[in-house]
Amino acid sequence: MAEEQQVTGWFDDGSADSPAAVEATTYLEAIRAALEDELAEDERVVLIGEDIGIMGGAFRVTEGLWQRFGDARVIDAPISEIAISGACIGMAISGMRPIAEFQFADFISCAYDQLVNEAAKLYFRFKCPVPIVMRAPSGGGVGAGPYHSQSPEAVFAHCPGLKVVCPGSVQDAYDLLRLAVADPNPVLYFEHKALYRSVKGTLQRRRPSGVLQRARIVRPGRDITLVSYAATLLRALEAADRLQREGISVEVLDLRCISPLDFATIAESVRRTARVVIAHEDTRTLGIGAEIAARLSEFCFYELDAPVARVTSPDTPIPAARSLEEAFLPSVEKIVAAVRDCVAQ
Amino acid sequence: MTIAHDKIETSAMPNLNVEIALALLRWMDLSRAIEDKLHIMKRQGRLPGRLVTGRGQEAIPVGATLALASHDIVCPLHRDLGANLVKGLTPEEFIRSYLWKTGHPSEGRDSDVHIGDLRRGIYPMISHLPDSWPVALGFGMASRHLGLERATLAFCGDGATSTGAWHETLNMSGLFKTPNVWVIENNKYAYSTPLAKQYAAPSLASRAAGYGMPGVEVDGNDAVAVYEVVKDAVDRARAGAGPYLIEAHTMRVEGHAVHDNASYVPAALVEEWKARDPIKGLREQLRQAGVGAAQIEDIAAENRRCVDDAVARAEAASSPDPTRMEEEVYAPPEASGWVLPPRRITARDQS
Repeated sequence: MAEEQQVTGWFDDGSADSPAAVEATTYLEAIRAALEDELAEDERVVLIGEDIGIMGGAFRVTEGLWQRFGDARVIDAPISEIAISGACIGMAISGMRPIAEFQFADFISCAYDQLVNEAAKLYFRFKCPVPIVMRAPSGGGVGAGPYHSQSPEAVFAHCPGLKVVCPGSVQDAYDLLRLAVADPNPVLYFEHKALYRSVKGTLQRRRPSGVLQRARIVRPGRDITLVSYAATLLRALEAADRLQREGISVEVLDLRCISPLDFATIAESVRRTARVVIAHEDTRTLGIGAEIAARLSEFCFYELDAPVARVTSPDTPIPAARSLEEAFLPSVEKIVAAVRDCVAQ
Repeated sequence: MTIAHDKIETSAMPNLNVEIALALLRWMDLSRAIEDKLHIMKRQGRLPGRLVTGRGQEAIPVGATLALASHDIVCPLHRDLGANLVKGLTPEEFIRSYLWKTGHPSEGRDSDVHIGDLRRGIYPMISHLPDSWPVALGFGMASRHLGLERATLAFCGDGATSTGAWHETLNMSGLFKTPNVWVIENNKYAYSTPLAKQYAAPSLASRAAGYGMPGVEVDGNDAVAVYEVVKDAVDRARAGAGPYLIEAHTMRVEGHAVHDNASYVPAALVEEWKARDPIKGLREQLRQAGVGAAQIEDIAAENRRCVDDAVARAEAASSPDPTRMEEEVYAPPEASGWVLPPRRITARDQS
């Protein structure tokens, strides 16, 4: 899981100051680059989390940052998710821009009250902005079982006041993290651990423009809209490739931010294609796909040529054994089959 | 649980600072005047929600908060109306909050004791206790990081000391030597749960050793003693010497809230503590220091006039308009302004 791959300090070559594209950058390196650029450009930014200093974090995302920025900017904390989260709120209200790292997204439950009852409601209650970013490695596919593989994003998407982002590409891993830091609201940034070193791309290392909550059409198509995000997005793109060979033109839409939801972009696409499949790794009942399906039936019912279909994990905890986990996760085959069914109707 | 009174800090009577003692009395009496008025209004059906009071405990929030400067932060809980008042919240704003009206910091988005005002350095509480403590820790960490000469004072009850949030906060506060003053209002009951069913430690202050910070017990019904102990702790925190844990002994002489007759509390215990009423005690201290009875009575009369006026204005106020409610959940992109009192940078961090 946490590969012992040594990532060299490629970011120490001064590229933080140049807009040059960096080729063959991994998703993990893109997150680290965003953290490094935020630390370098904004002295209000601090990182706090467990084992993020000398060790560079359980996944080595922060490797090299403590060495460059020191104890005051990269804060190793004891195992105290409540205190870490609450401390971020107090620091943020005091004018800082704290970014916390949860070792695994599964442990974010320990901080539920601070995030849902303190951070999420302070603007509504007292017009107090809380610019915190909570990074949490989520998702399965690495055989880590029920306590190191969960996808808890919908739990928090249900909470008004929180923003929830789930990057599914190298550039988004960088851009959405920097936009999250710039946002005056509490942002939960779920980084998919299966993408850390498996995805590579060219990274444009410059301050991103735009706002956090925009979905994006990552592959245009005519026959059907396939909505996804994070690791499932890659499977959706592979499914679209396969279906193209069968003559089915699939438009793939990356949600990027699941709360607030960019329903306008979804609706615009679905009104053109008249068919939609939603694919995500989170479990089925009350996953974000349920909300999208509900809104489509409210606002796009008469433009649909087929019922909305979902490809999700089943309503079980995520299992450990490979045979079980493979059956649990939404595969390319399941997505292909769902799209075929939907197009055939 | 018996209390070893020889360990408990009490005020040094001969050195009573009359000016400070009068200020303490004014705020404590105002707190009680407001809560007494709300109690009457509750019985008259003029109060829409619940009523939670800090009767008999006024010396702790008032004594402790009076030790703060304007740029310091306080995190009051539900029995700490006095802390809000000392920090500048007006009686009218507080009553408007209770009446679900406009014209107070949350504008009806929250209500009653869930009040505060970041601009005055008051961090508003939530119902999960002591969930403001981890946030207070963050204020302390920010003070250190930014070089602010700023202390943060946070209150909790004896019940809240049994939570994980409490432990995590104090552990990290000791570890990072944050400028926090942590005050436990030990009022002997967490709803119906007495101390004997809450913890086995000899005292709550004794836990401070486990967090690497000093701990002290103080007579929480002695406002001057509370003020003196907290003043020392605040000065120490601002000077960079780290946090302090203070256990202030008092008694919840009423129910958890007005609906609760607290029949589970031995009557003799309530009577014992009612006899040690902190306002009565402070008035006596002032009389012994030579302050005239008329001056003391004037404070009470003025406070009651102020509360009556505040109630009249609050009752006439409008109710919040729900029209734009859904647009107020997220801060707009440009909203990142400073919401706390003006900053002061410490000399040692400028060098």
